[in-house]
Amino acid sequence: MSETRVHFYQVGSFAVGNRLLSADERTVQSDRRRTNSIDSGHRACQGCGEALGARYALDAAMRVTSGQLVAVNATGCLEVFSTPFPETSWQIPWLHSLFGNAPAVATGVAAALRVKGRDQVRVVGQAGDGGTVDIGFGTLSGMFERNDDVLFVCYDNEGYMNTGVQRSAATPPTARTATTDAVGPEPGNAFGQGKDVPRIAMAHGIPYVATATVADLHDLERKVERAMSFHGARYLHVFVPCPLGWGAASSETIHVARLAKETGIFPVYEAEYGEVTGVTKIRRQAPVTEYLRLQRRYAHLFGHPGRPDVVARLQAMADANIARYGLLATEEDE
Amino acid sequence: MLRQIEGSHAIAESVARCRPEVVCAYPISPQTHIIEAIGVMVKEGTLAPCEFINVESEFAAMSVSIGASAAGARAYTATASQGLLFMIEAVYNAAGLGLPIVMTLANRAIGAPINIWNDHSDAMAVRDSGWIQLFAETNQEAADLHVQAFRLAEELSVPVMVCMDGFILTHAVEGVDLLDQEQVDRFLPPYEPRQVLDPEDPVSIGAMVGPEAFEEVRYLAHLRQLDALDRIPEIAAEFSEMFGRDSGGLVRPYRLEDAETVIVAMGSVLGTIKDAVDERRDAGERLGVLGITSFRPFPLEAVRQALAGRERVVVVEKAFSLGMGGVLATDVAMAIGTTTLHTVVAGLGGRPITRTALLDMLERARTGRLATLSFLDLDEGVIARERARMATVRRSGPFAENVLRDLGRPREDQA
Repeated sequence: MSETRVHFYQVGSFAVGNRLLSADERTVQSDRRRTNSIDSGHRACQGCGEALGARYALDAAMRVTSGQLVAVNATGCLEVFSTPFPETSWQIPWLHSLFGNAPAVATGVAAALRVKGRDQVRVVGQAGDGGTVDIGFGTLSGMFERNDDVLFVCYDNEGYMNTGVQRSAATPPTARTATTDAVGPEPGNAFGQGKDVPRIAMAHGIPYVATATVADLHDLERKVERAMSFHGARYLHVFVPCPLGWGAASSETIHVARLAKETGIFPVYEAEYGEVTGVTKIRRQAPVTEYLRLQRRYAHLFGHPGRPDVVARLQAMADANIARYGLLATEEDE
Repeated sequence: MLRQIEGSHAIAESVARCRPEVVCAYPISPQTHIIEAIGVMVKEGTLAPCEFINVESEFAAMSVSIGASAAGARAYTATASQGLLFMIEAVYNAAGLGLPIVMTLANRAIGAPINIWNDHSDAMAVRDSGWIQLFAETNQEAADLHVQAFRLAEELSVPVMVCMDGFILTHAVEGVDLLDQEQVDRFLPPYEPRQVLDPEDPVSIGAMVGPEAFEEVRYLAHLRQLDALDRIPEIAAEFSEMFGRDSGGLVRPYRLEDAETVIVAMGSVLGTIKDAVDERRDAGERLGVLGITSFRPFPLEAVRQALAGRERVVVVEKAFSLGMGGVLATDVAMAIGTTTLHTVVAGLGGRPITRTALLDMLERARTGRLATLSFLDLDEGVIARERARMATVRRSGPFAENVLRDLGRPREDQA
């Protein structure tokens, strides 16, 4: 990580306290002048990670573009819960077309703005994991390879939550969904499947790719700002727990997201032009069981007799992430 | 001035003079020459400013066009056959959102079995999508129709598909008189969108519409098609007056005066049909031809008038509905009409069909007050208010959201 060597320790929570920072280092969210790009009153579930992620990402993008932003949205939870007309939560120009075409629609908006000479207006495309890694993947890859001037944000809650919690290519192994039920000899989603879209995005050689979680606001906002400093295709993959789909307490959204990062299950890093340029280190490593036990979608792995063999495979996957990205802090990092 | 030119290149030049700002290109025979030629013009700078985007699929071609149009740019693309089917979800979406995209459809058969040659199966597959569909008889008409299409699309905020027979027209080299830039500029004003994504005036476009308003939103789209029934002949007349030739319009009658038998058809086959009719006319048979230029909206009244009192009507069509028969013929049959057939559109988007509404409808049928086409339980008030908004304000915004906002107002405010 290039930016900051300042450590923000608060007692117990590991959260970054704005009060310990100078005004210009505080988060966009702490600023009373933040846009509230997606305003209150929407119909998201209590504790929705996606609603948080969208507001964090878009408010940061709004600040860095001085309010010159257009958003394109794929079909999904975010689209449905934000526009219960006659009300809309969007304080920014917003277009929803289809489930699988948000990247292409965003390309069109960007092309129109360029041809009109309105280069100062920037475009964000956004979708859940279904709209990104599955049905929208073709248009996403096309937008990447043409290097269209779009920041695409995937709010990854690891399944089709809007339609009732079905498996997507972002659903992790063993997780229970409505189409990978916790029954039979191999309950939950299968091992050895799924797509790592941040790495696929990197393979396109686009200017900027980053992963983030809703648990680390500073990191997420900084990555949005960094992304907006580039022109061309950029990709931000945000880990957003879904209390309903994961069977986690609404009050635990941030905790679950933080544990995904602290266990190594979800590696947090950034890359420029296909090369990893920074990783967010694990600060207090936790075993995957700490993460898994908070979610009923993994309940079949525990209890009596439980599946310690399967949990061990999940731990091995987290360990592999830790090794691949160098997620453990060394003496030098401290 | 007449120039020997390939149909596709004539279309490309005609489209270029309409100053499209975003053009998506994805190859599929037989439209490929059109977008190739536009690509050359953009690359050499003779068409500027214009963003020419090589997309990865037809689904993306229409989706990029949707984004571009919603952000206020004049958008154009071309496709055919399988390509149209691959983009069909976005084709419906563009019409539903009311985005005035213009697209050339180089008509081609749909597989399986795969077949690259011409028929009208592709156009028929999207006839209910909400796009205006104009069929060209010749390359001259195809070139002219594109200029009229942009005008029509943008005036009404409805997408327009110009259908021209693949290969037969697209690849035919013949004399075409293309309008020059000054002429097109005189006929086609710059695009002024009804709705636009703009940070200075943020709007939400594309919200969900439930049973409470879906029928009204669809009906508003239907009304714009009916508006097109008025505007298509007016625009064609203006074109004719300005440039001295007839292109477009709703229908094209040929030797109908005393015809006992009338042949109805669309597209380039009309030329051959006219030749055949001429030959039989010389032998003393009273034959005539009715070309349909506007397939959607379908000019029921014009067709009815043209076919009234004929002994025989023969529809020649390059598509059919498997398990049923003619597609155009069905529409022609509706135009000829019966006194006993009524259509009641009901239950759109989950709108409940209640016994009360049905009883009311039956009473209207019994007392002869049921129209040929009616919409059950339609809220006329909300439609009238949105139509009034559209009549007074050019940038009236997304119409579906307007309807929802209208319905969401406190009741006393609605009067």
